Amino acid sequence: MLPATLPLHVRELVFKINGVRVLDGVNLDIPAAGCTAILGYNGAGKSVLLRLLHGLLTPTSGAIEWSGDFKPEQVAQRQAMVFQSPVLLRRSVEANIRYALTKRGFKGHDRVSQIEQALEQTNLVDIRQRHARVLSGGERQRVAIARALAVKPEVVFLDEPTASLDPAATIVIENILRGATNGGCKLIAVTQSVGQALRLADDIVFMHRGKVIEHTQRDEFLKAPKSAVARAFVEGKLYE
Amino acid sequence: MDELLDSFSTAAVLIVQLDSALVEIVGLSLRVSLVAVAIGTLVGLPLGAAIAVARFHGRNLLIISVNALMGLPPVVVGLLVYLNLSNAGPFGWLNLLYTPTAMIIAQIILVTPIIVALSRQFVEDANADYDEELRSIGVRGFAKLITLIVEVRHSLLTVVLAAFGRAIAEVGAVIVVGGNINHVTRMMTTAIALETSKGDLGLALALGLILILLAFSVNIMASALKRLDPGPISGR
Repeated sequence: MLPATLPLHVRELVFKINGVRVLDGVNLDIPAAGCTAILGYNGAGKSVLLRLLHGLLTPTSGAIEWSGDFKPEQVAQRQAMVFQSPVLLRRSVEANIRYALTKRGFKGHDRVSQIEQALEQTNLVDIRQRHARVLSGGERQRVAIARALAVKPEVVFLDEPTASLDPAATIVIENILRGATNGGCKLIAVTQSVGQALRLADDIVFMHRGKVIEHTQRDEFLKAPKSAVARAFVEGKLYE
Repeated sequence: MDELLDSFSTAAVLIVQLDSALVEIVGLSLRVSLVAVAIGTLVGLPLGAAIAVARFHGRNLLIISVNALMGLPPVVVGLLVYLNLSNAGPFGWLNLLYTPTAMIIAQIILVTPIIVALSRQFVEDANADYDEELRSIGVRGFAKLITLIVEVRHSLLTVVLAAFGRAIAEVGAVIVVGGNINHVTRMMTTAIALETSKGDLGLALALGLILILLAFSVNIMASALKRLDPGPISGR
């Protein structure tokens, strides 16, 4: 079943910080299914866009239009986010997941079954009682993903979820994310890795200097980017 | 030199034999300081935490004022409390002057700004680390405040210990509002001042050793607690 709050339409989105237009009139239509990857150089505004879509920031102007007749708090309840460096609470793996479920209103048997499902989805069953303090970087990221998936979100935002992980941990995370999209969860992921976009994305949004330069299907973008800046990015070159 | 050694020897005997005067003075000091810190914590900790996460006009001025109050001279606090509790003051009818209660009031005024200022700092630092994650989960307002307090609980305990250290060691406020009356308001610090001025170093040294022991204990506990709160658990 496709998410009820998608497709998502973004209209003339502007975000300023100290008078600087970090997002400069973003227009975007994000489809309901699969994984949308947001690519671009540092400072393109990718993470800011993600935070605006998730409601962590308030736009300076413009509109973020979710589908369905939902209030903003109802939309937020259907979302989750995984940060590049997730911050875990000072408790066990299982307790971190339980915390998110409790705050989202899950109770009793429903909460217990969601914890079990999340632990299995992210291969954390064997270390469920381990304290977050002693986890490796990859394990912490898995806990963050488990915490996100446990609340049964329609949309999961990911801000460079594997940027600080080694290749082995990255593969594990990507397999988990692929499983989530197969289960009907929409992923909107910021990444700087063209390879990761190739492996995970169905469509790609390319941003540069606060604007969306291109939004096309993955293969079309990676084979023949339309803009010079996107071509330079795909080829791993610098762009002035 | 012999006199000094005699005094140390007397001090040791007083401690080992749990001299009744010594025990009474130490007991009163602990009671006054612990009650003051407990009340200061009940008021100051939630207040500091609330200031940490709230945003309102005048917040910066409030923070500056609280930080400045940490440096309140104890004897000035004693004077202010004295003026209020004296017969000529607005609360003279309570007959609290020269009682342990007056000393508790003075110490509450001394320790509460410390608790507010330091707890605000710890909670604010935690808020900077946890804010996005908690808001993403949907945790805001009071629930967020509770979560942050729980996350930095060990650091907040060090704040309480610091406040206790300040209270147990201060002399200016309690001597003004307490009067250092034997069997009534004589605390460790005021007793040391009195006994030293009398030349009776034995009791003064005994009390001093106990104070040093308390100071060390507080610091050891604070160090141990600090190790339990090394910072946020993240990939940063």
